[in-house]
Amino acid sequence: MRSVRLAHEEDFDGWRDAARALALAGVPAAEVSWQVGADGGDLFGDEAIVPAAGAPAFAVPRPFVELARAAICHSDPVRFALLYALLLRVRAHPHAMEDQADPLLRNLELMAKDVRRDMHKMHAFVRFREVESEGGTRYVAWFEPDHHIVRANAGFFVRRFANMAWSILTPELCAHWDGAGLSFSPGATRADAPDGDPVEETWKTYYASIFNPARVKVKAMTKEMPRKYWKNMPETALVGQLLAGAQAREAEMVERSRSKAAEGGLARAAAAEKRIEPGGNVRAAWEALLVEARGCTRCDLYRCGTQTVFGEGPLDARILFVGEQPGDQEDLAGRPFVGPAGQLFDRALAEAGVDRSAAYVTNAVKHFKFEQRGKRRIHAKPNGGEIDACRWWIEQERALIRPPLTVALGATAARSIFGKTVTIGAMRGRAHQAPNGDEAWITVHPSFLLRVRDNREEEYARFVADLRGIGERARALARTD
Amino acid sequence: MSRLDTREKLAILADAAKYDASCASSGSVKRNSVGGKGIGSTEGMGICHAYAPDGRCISLLKILLTNSCIFDCHYCINRKSSNVRRARFTAAEVVQLTLAFYRRNYIEGLFLSSGIIRSSNYTMEQIVEVARSLREDHDFRGYIHLKTIPDADPELVHKAGLHADRVSINVELPTESGLKRLAPEKDGVRIESAMDGMKASIEAGHDEKKRFKAAPAFAPAGQSTQMIVGADSANDGEIVQRASGLYDRFALRRVYYSAFSPIPDASAILPLKRPPLMREHRLYQSDWLMRFYGFKPAEVVAATDADGMLPLDIDPKLAWALKYRGQFPVDVNRAPREMLLRVPGLGVKAVDKIVASRRWRRLTLDDVGRLTVSVAKIRPFICAEGWQPVALTDRADLRQRLRPKTEQLELFRA
Ligand code: SF4
Repeated sequence: MRSVRLAHEEDFDGWRDAARALALAGVPAAEVSWQVGADGGDLFGDEAIVPAAGAPAFAVPRPFVELARAAICHSDPVRFALLYALLLRVRAHPHAMEDQADPLLRNLELMAKDVRRDMHKMHAFVRFREVESEGGTRYVAWFEPDHHIVRANAGFFVRRFANMAWSILTPELCAHWDGAGLSFSPGATRADAPDGDPVEETWKTYYASIFNPARVKVKAMTKEMPRKYWKNMPETALVGQLLAGAQAREAEMVERSRSKAAEGGLARAAAAEKRIEPGGNVRAAWEALLVEARGCTRCDLYRCGTQTVFGEGPLDARILFVGEQPGDQEDLAGRPFVGPAGQLFDRALAEAGVDRSAAYVTNAVKHFKFEQRGKRRIHAKPNGGEIDACRWWIEQERALIRPPLTVALGATAARSIFGKTVTIGAMRGRAHQAPNGDEAWITVHPSFLLRVRDNREEEYARFVADLRGIGERARALARTD
Repeated sequence: MSRLDTREKLAILADAAKYDASCASSGSVKRNSVGGKGIGSTEGMGICHAYAPDGRCISLLKILLTNSCIFDCHYCINRKSSNVRRARFTAAEVVQLTLAFYRRNYIEGLFLSSGIIRSSNYTMEQIVEVARSLREDHDFRGYIHLKTIPDADPELVHKAGLHADRVSINVELPTESGLKRLAPEKDGVRIESAMDGMKASIEAGHDEKKRFKAAPAFAPAGQSTQMIVGADSANDGEIVQRASGLYDRFALRRVYYSAFSPIPDASAILPLKRPPLMREHRLYQSDWLMRFYGFKPAEVVAATDADGMLPLDIDPKLAWALKYRGQFPVDVNRAPREMLLRVPGLGVKAVDKIVASRRWRRLTLDDVGRLTVSVAKIRPFICAEGWQPVALTDRADLRQRLRPKTEQLELFRA
């Protein structure tokens, strides 16, 4: 057994000289014991090797040297032996460095990767604090690296902060720069480093403000900034409270516009918003939306029918009615609710005392889906995918108009608004909350009344009763404005 | 009204900048402060100095000069009709903040954007003044990214490029119709012509540099842009096509995607919804496929579903592979590099290691496993020495088996 004693933990030159001599003497890897530091002997080493400069050099591939320089900074004591084993292999097989899948090489590559990562984290997470001393202003940092990287990393800080006096204190080794020369001193403790800095509070303000509470991703954060670093970074003290507050802050963000409604009523909020928007942006936005919808290809139905049939009505409507899809006549006219069902709907609204001119009418699906039978185009029910694809438009309409009440006419409309299949019979006649928070009502589609055979009168009366309830509710909401 | 101090302004003007997705500080020339009077260095690779709880890195001091704006773009929190608190930094304040943060190693440099005050030119002048003062008065050699105002005088935009490492001009929205509707005062044609002008300046700068060593580097980290996703009706296929067109025409370094966020006091015409973070992530992945994996835009589009959207449950490379199963399995010992890059789960580094290693021997599945993070995802798509994925690529439930088990991105669900 030969024993090699290196001057310090990342003594690359010492390792290289010794390894060179050992390799030339043909000593196998298993027969070398590697030690660091001055004291303590290796009880089992019988033949000490003094790292002697001057042994004849031999060539090794450059990638090996690069790997060795990095891996030697690793904290695992086995690194010296592994590197020596690899050196012997490289001497025997010139291409050994290219076999990246080889376990020994891979092991050392992973060590080098750990070291590079640690160095990178030091570049990132060192936090200087300003200290006034006799010599002038000095910037002092406390950092706890995992590996022996301080010496190897000092150059980065010299290049970056060439005209500043700074010190980086770590448990093992401290680096100092005075603007002209670099020096090292033995390890320090946390207590040797200064606490606090006049700019720290400002930095924390920045950290808290740049964070978007609507996008919390804790895993992504801790993957790149593991908790072990947190204790030495001032800003991370805020993480707990930022996370705790995130949900509330997000809810508040979403609610704020809505909440103008809480005391004042949605209509007034919408009106107020329209007032402050110069040039009537709501109208302009709606018109542009209409134009955009004409070119929609979100689902295959754009191939059907003549055109996209968009909603219509006043943009400050108090009630927004959602039907199923345009029918044959609507498709040709390009307007919703103009066919037989639409006419029946108008009549029922009038009987229920609902002001038709204060309502906006639209459809869950904006293209006419049909089957051609001879000369006739027979209405076909839109499927779930089509409803979901077309929901984008109706969400824009609802967000634009912000009606106090949204009314689903029939199952398709209900699915569009609630995002799931619901039973109309069980839900009609009372208020519900839509997933976006709006108040939503459900009743049958007027075309259902055209299809029923038995008790048609009765069904029609029920429909009118539903509409009457909706009208009353809309008026009640208006009074609380 | 009492005057705001720097910290209060910072709170407002950093908050207003957080919807901007660009954060990178990489890709510039190497510089350091040795032999100079000031501070700062760039070593090619940018450094993320901290991470916010939203998982995004903090590399630059990202702020607005002011959040006042004469425009009224609906997706923007700073739009004229928005009810947010307004603040404005002086150029000197931004310079001092940048230097104070940089000295403490909090940041890599500055990302400066602004709402438009008075006029585009006036605003642009202020932005340029910050960069000029940092570079000339303080010999600052860190990273500077300036957002330019498309309507500003080309002469001013040129000055920005002389001081900055990177310049960017936002295209804002992927479709012209979306831009019309949501940013009625902005003009797609003008935005593109500004990008075109910037491209010409950058190229001219390169030529100068070749001929005269001493010529100042003009925006050495190039130009980038950002588009907002989820505020107009563009689907992923359209967005990918749009992005690749921008890369080609204006030689952009990066296209950033910003999922539309619910913002305080949102304009009435926008959906008040959580930002589709996963969608944004998939778009970035598709961007990578084109930039580093040799995918053509049309191939990424082929990975979208019937609605033109990238699947949310699996990544676009896996989606592509599942659609084109006939191309697999790929033999790791023989296939060309381009084909290895198409294997789901194999990254560029792993592919290069495979190519280096297989010159010396035939690789087994264990060998491949050592070169990658997890071999489980890759296994069905490759052959190796002693490994043949029998019938696995034909299994109808492959997608189910390969999709990530847990949704882990969002901590709070709405
Ligand atoms: S039905 Fe709706 S989603 Fe489908 S193409 Fe027509 S407008 Fe677009």
